[in-house]
Amino acid sequence: MNFNFKHEWIETNIGLMAVLTMLAISVGGLVEIAPLFFIDKTIEKVAGVRPYTPLEQRGRDIYQREGCYLCHSQMIRPFRDEKLRYGHYSLAAESQYDHPFQWGSKRTGPDLARVGGKYSNEWHVQHLTAPRSMVPESVMPNYPWLLSTPLDLSDLTDRMKALRKVGVPYSLTDAEYKANVAQFGETVARQLHIPDAQKNLLEQANFGNYDGDRSGISEMDALVAYLQVLGTMVDFSKYKDDAFVDNR
Amino acid sequence: MAVSTYSGAEQYNFEIVKKFAVMSLIWAVVGMFVGVYIASELAWPFLNFDSPYFSFGRFRPVHTTSVIFGFGGSALFATSYYVVQRTCQTRLISDGMASFTFWGWMAVIALADISYVLGYTQSREYAEMEWPIDILIEVVWVTYLILFVGTIMRRKQPHIYVANWFYLSFILATALLHTFNNLAMPINLFSMKSYSLFSGTQDAMTQWWYGHNAVGFFLTAAFLGMMYYFVPKQAGRPIYSYRLSIVHFWALSFMYMWVGAHHLHWTALPDWTSSLAAAFSILLLMPSWGGMINGIMTLSGAWDKLRTDPVMRFMIVALSFYGMSTFEGPMMSLKEVNALSHYTDWTIGHVHSGALGWVAMISFGSLYHMIPKLWGTKIYSNKLVETHFWLATIGIVLYIVAMWISGITQGLMWRSFDEFGNLQYSFAESVAAMMPFYAMRAIGGMFFLTGTVLMTINMLMTIRQGKLENAALEAKLAAKLARA
Repeated sequence: MNFNFKHEWIETNIGLMAVLTMLAISVGGLVEIAPLFFIDKTIEKVAGVRPYTPLEQRGRDIYQREGCYLCHSQMIRPFRDEKLRYGHYSLAAESQYDHPFQWGSKRTGPDLARVGGKYSNEWHVQHLTAPRSMVPESVMPNYPWLLSTPLDLSDLTDRMKALRKVGVPYSLTDAEYKANVAQFGETVARQLHIPDAQKNLLEQANFGNYDGDRSGISEMDALVAYLQVLGTMVDFSKYKDDAFVDNR
Repeated sequence: MAVSTYSGAEQYNFEIVKKFAVMSLIWAVVGMFVGVYIASELAWPFLNFDSPYFSFGRFRPVHTTSVIFGFGGSALFATSYYVVQRTCQTRLISDGMASFTFWGWMAVIALADISYVLGYTQSREYAEMEWPIDILIEVVWVTYLILFVGTIMRRKQPHIYVANWFYLSFILATALLHTFNNLAMPINLFSMKSYSLFSGTQDAMTQWWYGHNAVGFFLTAAFLGMMYYFVPKQAGRPIYSYRLSIVHFWALSFMYMWVGAHHLHWTALPDWTSSLAAAFSILLLMPSWGGMINGIMTLSGAWDKLRTDPVMRFMIVALSFYGMSTFEGPMMSLKEVNALSHYTDWTIGHVHSGALGWVAMISFGSLYHMIPKLWGTKIYSNKLVETHFWLATIGIVLYIVAMWISGITQGLMWRSFDEFGNLQYSFAESVAAMMPFYAMRAIGGMFFLTGTVLMTINMLMTIRQGKLENAALEAKLAAKLARA
């Protein structure tokens, strides 16, 4: 057999060139992305991680809308300084219900992966309204409109249904609800039931009173509820220090 | 000469090239202005004006979209349509399709910018456009692909010129990346809002596979296409090594797609993925420098042009910045370096040494070459080109030096401990330390923007001059014909 390859064949044939180029650019993505869906170890098995409640999810929508991810990461790296500053390094499991992910790429402000419970609701409200009144060095914009804008609830169930379609276990049917009870316990499962979404949201907002104003439910209520749950779902005291090493 | 471009206008569709070339300059001014504005917001936060529409988080995608897709995209459409017609010696296969790509692309940028300000975003960096705009992009892009490949199929030469390989690779890769990174579920058909199909780790990997290859193909391969045509043209010499361009092309196309995960070092992405990405990032240095050498060495034997031709200077400085940032990139993809550099301003500086130094400078050089030719005239003022060159170069240097210092300072402050093993600095202290550098960066940006404004004025005057000369010539011809 005499096979004399000449690059000229490709240079003179646009069809061949397009096919070979397509091949060349497809390999990398296939090798690096596809296995992440199939290798079990990619996502740690860990208790406590649950989908967001309707109020938290609406808060997350606002977090996304305002572009918070451009200055705040939600991904703590396994370094000594980050452990001291932010807490246990982030697990893949902790963002498994995050459509889209909000890991971020820049820390103009601090990481928020475990900001939940670190500050009071009042602190967050004041800080979001006028950051420099709490942290003089801050360069964060003021977000006064969050307090004055009522939270839009009109498409709440549409949002949860869309998330259900992409794989978040919000329940529509009795069977799905029961499956959630088995997986997350009854208290959580009730929060994930789409037909009760609005009722659940109002209850959580009124009970939590995140923005300190009981006259209505503002975008601030939702955003603070979201910030307060970040990084609080996994109880790390239940796990040994090296429990997740094999997953990395 | 005016007469030859007149006949050229019949042979080629230069109308579409002209439109994209002018819009490229307009988007450059808009996008860079917004860039300077948001840089100033970080230095002087009162500029957010307590308004949702001006706040940094909504404004930053306006900057990135306007410069990458508005300025860069239009420059690529313009030059690819110019190059494919010139090198294939044939007209674009359809004027209608060409016109559709123009209006479609302009609509994409305008709609995207407006939607960000109103709060619609997928929160995927450089792919913030929500689903209806994504669909429009897809349609425009497929049209572009058909038009480009169709035109190559009608070529008068057996060989496809190397610049076209790079443009082809860019068009195909962008289609692939755009499609998979934007898979999302709209909440209903009448809402802009959607949720991404993937979540967490897989979503992060998909996004940075896209994100880095927006750099690799949109901002590199395509601009290398530009380089392979305009550098030899401006130098009046053939490309240094044809063989090197072949190796350069295949190695670059194959390797770039592997490197995205270096944006996710030390995260919850499994180590095997990010290590693989780091390895390919280092390998990528070779094709990148191969391309740079091929471009710069094209000038061998004509180095004096660097002294006499300011347009050539833009191109060579662009290639030098390309070499510098493609060295810096692999270095930052080493896990040890990345541990310090990631999440800091160093990354922002790196992006801008590529985006301002390479992408913008090679585009400026190519547009300076192309615009006078399109309108059949000479550059209105070479002195302004010279001024632009220095404003741009000083601007870039101020920008990246500021970001190097602030990035490394941040990285070091975050990880320093006092004698008792506690963190030495609060986060707020590291923010305060950034202030002078944020101001310096904004000033660097202002220099660069001023240069771009000068160029736009210079080019608009060049176009006006071309039109006047043409009109005068035609009047003369008409007078001659009337006498005869």
